This record gives sequence, C-alpha cells and structure tokens, in this order.
Amino acid sequence: MKSTLQSARDMVDIRRGEISREIFVNEDIYQEEKEQVFARAWLYVGHESQIPNPGDFFVSKMGEESVILTRDRAGKIHVFLNSCTHRGMKVCRYDEGNTRNFVCPYHAWSFGTDGALIGVQDYENAYQPPFDRSEWGLIEVAQMANYMGTIWATWDGDAPSFSDYMGEATFAFDHGLCAWDGGDGGTELLGSVQKWIVPCNWKFVAENFAGDMLHVVSHRSVDMVKLGPSGEEGRRDDYGKIILTAYPEGHGIFYGVLPLSPIRTEYAMSKVTSEYFQHCWEQRLKNRGDLAGTCPIVGTIFPNMSFHAQQPRTLLVSHPRSANETEMWRAYFVDKQAPPEVKQFLREYYMRYAGPAGMTEQDDMENWNYATAASSGTIARRHPYHYKAGLGVGGSHDAVPGIVTEQPVTSEQNPRAFYKRWAEYMDTGSWDELLDAQKTPLNAQA
Amino acid sequence: MTGAQLPPDRLSYLDLMREIEDFLYAEADLLDERDYDAWLDLLADDIVYWMPMRKNVSFEDRDRETTAEDDLAWFHDDKETLIKRVRQIQTGVHWADEPISRVSHLITNIRLADPVASLGEGEKLTTNCRFIVYRNRLETETDILVGRREDTLVRSGGALKIARRKILLDQSVLMAKNLTMFF
Repeated sequence: MKSTLQSARDMVDIRRGEISREIFVNEDIYQEEKEQVFARAWLYVGHESQIPNPGDFFVSKMGEESVILTRDRAGKIHVFLNSCTHRGMKVCRYDEGNTRNFVCPYHAWSFGTDGALIGVQDYENAYQPPFDRSEWGLIEVAQMANYMGTIWATWDGDAPSFSDYMGEATFAFDHGLCAWDGGDGGTELLGSVQKWIVPCNWKFVAENFAGDMLHVVSHRSVDMVKLGPSGEEGRRDDYGKIILTAYPEGHGIFYGVLPLSPIRTEYAMSKVTSEYFQHCWEQRLKNRGDLAGTCPIVGTIFPNMSFHAQQPRTLLVSHPRSANETEMWRAYFVDKQAPPEVKQFLREYYMRYAGPAGMTEQDDMENWNYATAASSGTIARRHPYHYKAGLGVGGSHDAVPGIVTEQPVTSEQNPRAFYKRWAEYMDTGSWDELLDAQKTPLNAQA
Repeated sequence: MTGAQLPPDRLSYLDLMREIEDFLYAEADLLDERDYDAWLDLLADDIVYWMPMRKNVSFEDRDRETTAEDDLAWFHDDKETLIKRVRQIQTGVHWADEPISRVSHLITNIRLADPVASLGEGEKLTTNCRFIVYRNRLETETDILVGRREDTLVRSGGALKIARRKILLDQSVLMAKNLTMFF
C-alpha cells in the first residue's frame, strides 16, 4: 500500500485462514480502497433493459460516486460521472428517464446524452478566446462492456478487458444470466431497483454472496416458515449438490448441480409457473445437455457485484459509503419470454425473499450490521477473523471451472480467494503487478 | 350546539368516524404490543398489503414517482405472506427482530376519501392517514419512518377489517437496514 498503513497482505493471511478486523472497520483503509479497488476494478453499472431507447438514462453509482448510464441519440451506451465539468453540480438528479440533454441547474451548462458539452451560458461574450468545448464534455469511464445485457465499467484505462477481468467466471453468467431454458431468449430486469442503507462494511455483503456456506444456519427462521415457491420446507426449491468455485481474479461462485432426471418440479404454489419451469427444463436439457442441471446459485464478481441466479434471480451491488456503511442496490431479473403470470408470481416471491423486507435477507443485514459494530473496538481489532474452513482443500472439476470444493466438504475458500485478491489490489500500483500477483496459488500465498 | 341539534346524517358520520379512528388506533396498539395474531384477525382474507417504492422524478413526471402495482415494491403481500412474516417473528430465531424491537405507531390526519354516513355489511370505504413508525432496537439503533397510508376498510360480520393497505413511505433510498415491522 502506498500509505503508512501496513501491507494489506500482512492483514490477510490466506495460508493460515486469518484476516485482520482492521480491513472491515478502519476508515483509513476504506479511503485506500476507494483508490486502489474502486477506481481500478470493473464495476457493475446497470442493465441494458433499463435504457432501451435513445435518450434513456438511469442514474447509478460506481463506488461512492454517482454516474449516469445513458443511451445516446445514436443508440450507443455510455457511462458518465454525474458531475458538471464546470463547477461539479450533479447534472442529473432524476433517478431515470428520457432526455435530449442534461442541463446543469447551477450555471446551465448542457450536455448531450453522448456526453458532449453542447451549451455554455454566454459562451461568445464570456470566453475570449473561446475554449474548446470538445475537451469539457462529461467525464466518461475509461472502458465499458455489455455482457448478456449487464453493463460494466472501469475508470482505469490500463485495466484488462472485461472478458479477461472475469476470467473463467464468465461460465457462471453463461449458465446463470441466460433464459432459464438455456436458449437465446435473454433476461430482463423485473422493474425498479431497491436501494437501502445498511450499517456494515461492504465486504460482508460481497463475502456472503461469494460463497459463505456456513451462514445458512442464520436463516433458520425463514426455513421454518417455508418460504420456498413450492411451499415446502426451506426457503427455496431444491438446487441439488453444492459446488464452491473460487477464481484468481477474486470472484467466488456457488453452483448447484441437479441430476438430469427426473423432471424438475418447482414453483408448485403456482400452476402456470410450475408448468413454465417444466417446459424450460425440458428445453434446457436439449440446449445445454449434460450441463443442464448446472447453474450458479449465488456469486460475487470482485469487488462488489453479487447475484442470485436461481430462485430468486437478482443482481445486487453493495456500494460502499464509508468503512461502516453500505448502500445496497438490488434488481431482480426474469426471462424476457416468461408469461405475465409467471413474472407476477416471481416478482412476489423475490420480494418476500430478498431486499430489506425480504424474509431471508433481513437476518443477513442484522448480522453484517453488528459484526461490523462489534469489530470496531480497540480490543476487538487485535483479534483476526477465522477463515479456516476447508483450508488446503480445493481441486478441479470436470464440468465447472475454478478452484473447486464440493459438498460434503464445507469450505471458506471463496472468501479466502476474495480477500487474497483484495489485498493484491491494495498493495500493488500497476496492472502488471496485479496480474502477476493473481498467479500465486490460493493455498500458498507468498 | 348539542348533539341533538345535529342533522342525523352528521351524527351518523361522526359515529362512523369515531369507530374508524378507534379501529385504526386499536390496530396500532396491537402491533406495538406485539399481539400479532390478534392483528392478523383484523385483515381480510384477500387483503393486499402494498408499499411501493418512491423515485426522484420531475414535477412533470410526478405520476411516475411511485412504482406501479406490477413493479418492484418494498412490500406486496397477500395474507398468507403476512402470516408467514408473523410466524417468522414468533420462531424466536428471527435475528433481525430478536431481541424484539420497540415500535410505536403514531396515526394521524385520518379522514375519509369520500365521506359517507354509514357502512353496511360488505360495504367498503377508503381512509387516508399519516403515520410515524418509530423503531428502536438493541442500544441506540433508531429508525423513524414517516408517510401516508390509504386503507380500504370493509364491514365484515359487523366489524371493520382491512381489505387493502397502500403505504407511501417518504423515502427513496430506504434509510433503514430492513423492514421487520408492519405499517
């Protein structure tokens, strides 16, 4: 790290499975994270279905900062910092909409949906000689990518391509963000985004979805009331055998693998939904063959984009606000081609599962809240967290990429891989160093 | 002026208003006293319990400020789901509300959307009110949630029941970590 703080890799001891509490509570470390992680990594910004038409915009965040996702008049997608280049005012304070341009309320500079500065108050009289307006358009991200409708961006021009950044974890999106029948029908967001604030460090959220198998016990209350869409024990329908996969890029994904027969019976509480999913399953068998039963359950793409790929299907970003405050943004997605009754049923199931009123997620937020709070004290900070489950375990799998641990072994390999990568971001100055560091094996950190 | 001098319709309206106010205040007490089973009995079997989300939109687009009924919401529950929420609290292992939170519902600005003088069996009416829902939890954790409610009440077996509840919370980004409480 560039500051006087100790090396991040000293605080993240992957070989012993011990991680300092400082990285979850220390405000100085958080300030470094903004520079070392959030200004460099690829971040999820939104979904193309939020901006289907020219002129559409959706205001999102990258780390703490407000950004505008737009589709310009020519149909091209952009991501801009939501701050006027003249005096910094937010040029857009609406959550979403359609516009010809963004007019700053402060001094009336106006920008096209392609970011170009098109209007400057009193341009002819005030600026002699005139300045070059083409140099003062909205600040645009260095790179942007659209993967299966999800829009990603980074402020770092030196960052590898999105595809290289994802590495083998793209497999999870290929099998998890697709239409449920495994075909080309695509998925879309199911309406608006839930946004809420949780008093916890953002990494608790990322780690949870990267693959914290051991926290399942905290959801006992919702399992007892049978939230699952078939009304049976538990909060979801069966997702089969669990496989944990970790990636050197810091991503962690939890797969469920179901046998290919018999036909899956899901969503029994809604006949039309159940029939739709049975139809999809038959098609998925044709479209995906032996991999039909392999689908991610949850995962985290480093640093702060997480998802549920089945029952419910959601996209979540844990935007940091400070060391001990996180703004959660959750969107839900469905098959574009699903019948309206199915979308309706899923919408209601998703809402009672996830989000701040979600009967599952409520308990997570209590845990993240008070884990952060109870780790902040002087004495607490002297004692590391314990990440030793499945230490030294982890191999490969013939169907699923990454470092793999399978049930019945319970492992914290995914959080370990996440924090290994986090420490590498914090300690390195260049992408060459960062790409070099990820070659170190997970079980033998230097 | 004495009561006897009021026109009969006016008296009847005041009597109905008093009944509605008593009903809504008693409901708030049941929630705050955590008598959730008695609270569930106040809900019609086909209740729609809906808390849409709010967005930052222009004055011109104010019709789109609130998420539509087929969009995402904070809550969009039927009675079965509300029963599950109660049962979850009653498990004793719902950590988000265990230890139990302290909640107070302040209900005010009650009025009838379309004033009537009486409500017969099976008939419905719509009331508007404001709420402050205060939650205090563990040591200093405090949420103050303020907004409007639009309740459809139905007379059923002589008593009032809640047939539909629309809750408009005056926040866009929810400033509470979760919503374990009822509104």
